[in-house]
Amino acid sequence: MAEKIATRQAYGEALAELGEKYNFVVLDADLAAATKTGIFKKKFPNRHFDCGIAEGNMMSVAAGLAAAGKVPFVSSFAMFASGRAFEQIRNSIGYPHLNVKIGATHAGLTVGEDGATHQCNEDIALMRTIPGMTIINPADAVEARAAVEAALHFNGPVYLRFGRYAVPVINDRETYRFELGKGVQLRDGKDVTIIATGIMVDMANTAAQALEKEGISARVVNIHTIKPLDREIVLKAAKETGAIVTAEEHSIIGGLGAAVAETVSEAYPVPVLRVGVNDQFGRSGSVPALLEMYGLTPDNIVKKAKEVISLKK
Amino acid sequence: MERAKKQQLAKIAARVRLDILDQTHAAGSGHPGGSLSIADIMTYLYFVEMNVDPADPKMASRDRFVLSKGHTAPALYGVLAERGFFPREDLLTLRKIDSYLQGHPDMKNIPGVDMSTGSLGLGVSAACGMALAAKLDGRDYRTYTMLGDGESEEGQVWEAMMFAAHYKLDNLVVMIDWNGLQIDGPVTEIMNPTPHDKKLEAFGFHVIVADGHDFDEIERALEKAKTVKGRPTAIIFKTTKGKGVSFMENQVSWHGVAPNDEQHEQAVTEIRAKAKL
Repeated sequence: MAEKIATRQAYGEALAELGEKYNFVVLDADLAAATKTGIFKKKFPNRHFDCGIAEGNMMSVAAGLAAAGKVPFVSSFAMFASGRAFEQIRNSIGYPHLNVKIGATHAGLTVGEDGATHQCNEDIALMRTIPGMTIINPADAVEARAAVEAALHFNGPVYLRFGRYAVPVINDRETYRFELGKGVQLRDGKDVTIIATGIMVDMANTAAQALEKEGISARVVNIHTIKPLDREIVLKAAKETGAIVTAEEHSIIGGLGAAVAETVSEAYPVPVLRVGVNDQFGRSGSVPALLEMYGLTPDNIVKKAKEVISLKK
Repeated sequence: MERAKKQQLAKIAARVRLDILDQTHAAGSGHPGGSLSIADIMTYLYFVEMNVDPADPKMASRDRFVLSKGHTAPALYGVLAERGFFPREDLLTLRKIDSYLQGHPDMKNIPGVDMSTGSLGLGVSAACGMALAAKLDGRDYRTYTMLGDGESEEGQVWEAMMFAAHYKLDNLVVMIDWNGLQIDGPVTEIMNPTPHDKKLEAFGFHVIVADGHDFDEIERALEKAKTVKGRPTAIIFKTTKGKGVSFMENQVSWHGVAPNDEQHEQAVTEIRAKAKL
């Protein structure tokens, strides 16, 4: 059994570690204990600024800091970062293309018991519409840590998406290399490609193993950078396997599935089926029960893979 | 203030008013009323108060200005052009498809603009970020922001005020252009945000009330702000919307309408005559 760590934990630890070497600042909106920026705060109290429960102000303050040359990491739950403060991100940060890093935690259904108001399944869709925004959705703690460092070294606005729930560590701490904007092929296959992001990457691997037992060869691609999307790896999958299933802990509207479908339909049309939240709100429940109810499971990926193969011309 | 200095500033402010009229007239749209109301304050800021260098608009030690009421960009562009940040003739390209002078301030492409604004309520927050950055970097530059009176109805403005006081941003000056009118009518009738002075005091500000068309008072207020330590300063500038043009003064209809040829001619004549330009 692989070690399980929440990506938000990796985010907080990465900030604290990188804070030794780099002089960035961190803003939070009364959620430092939950977003894990509190780990940074403990170590660097003079570089951590609590903005209180006022996310809109926090985003615009970050814009001002960036305009004056600072590099701010700004944290809240994905719902309040991307939803409440959408306009501030768009107009104060996105339009002037300021060097602000948004560390949004508690994304998706895996918030669990808090329910629909806190389960943000729309943030990727919202952030994708902002010109020049980079969006990273890491699959595990190793990738999350690497993503924070990559975002720090990148000059421009970045939206980093982290989860509350502890998920398996699937990448190797020692050998993992993160390349912004590049998808990672985890497994080759010829019948279908499963393109997954975030916590669904591990499930995509599990699904591919199950498919193999049934004689179906599935390629698995991890897309950590949703924008800009690695078109090359997506179109290669379309050409070489002729069918694609996408998997994400996000609405099927506007997220990875949409990005892949848009790319494929414009450049090399092949059938694409999307596993994700089907235009519904979330609800309270344990994380395993929620993932089951909303179809975010290896079984559902397997089902969609067979379906998409049957759609091949 | 010395008489000669005051006369000189009045002449510059008159030119800025002409710039505002020329820009909106040429564009066929824009916001003359609230641009004219801040023309004197903007003139004082860019010709006396602020440490800026047109030859080095991004100078790290410069004072910062955020036009939170971004729709009054013609006043900012006018004063920047008069100060030499870009050619005056470019002003006539305002809002045109191939111009860098966007309808609302764009920090990426306009020399001298420190923050992109336009969506109301965001500017004070951004100014707070700049003021905080100065503290963190141990720099002594100051940050100024101009807020509309109607704009103070936006909730984020008060989130920002809380932030400014909480982090003791005494290098920040929030100026409110109290001209009393917003698009739909008198500010106190649309959604009364008053009393600003008591609210701002309660939020932890040092509050000054001054006449925004009197250079002595503008100077006194901004000089006083520099002596306030441990908390931010707010200056409520009492102004007249459309100031300087008889048929625009205190007329809500001139909030967001450009003068036509005839109106432009009359307005320009009035300002030239009064300022002996």
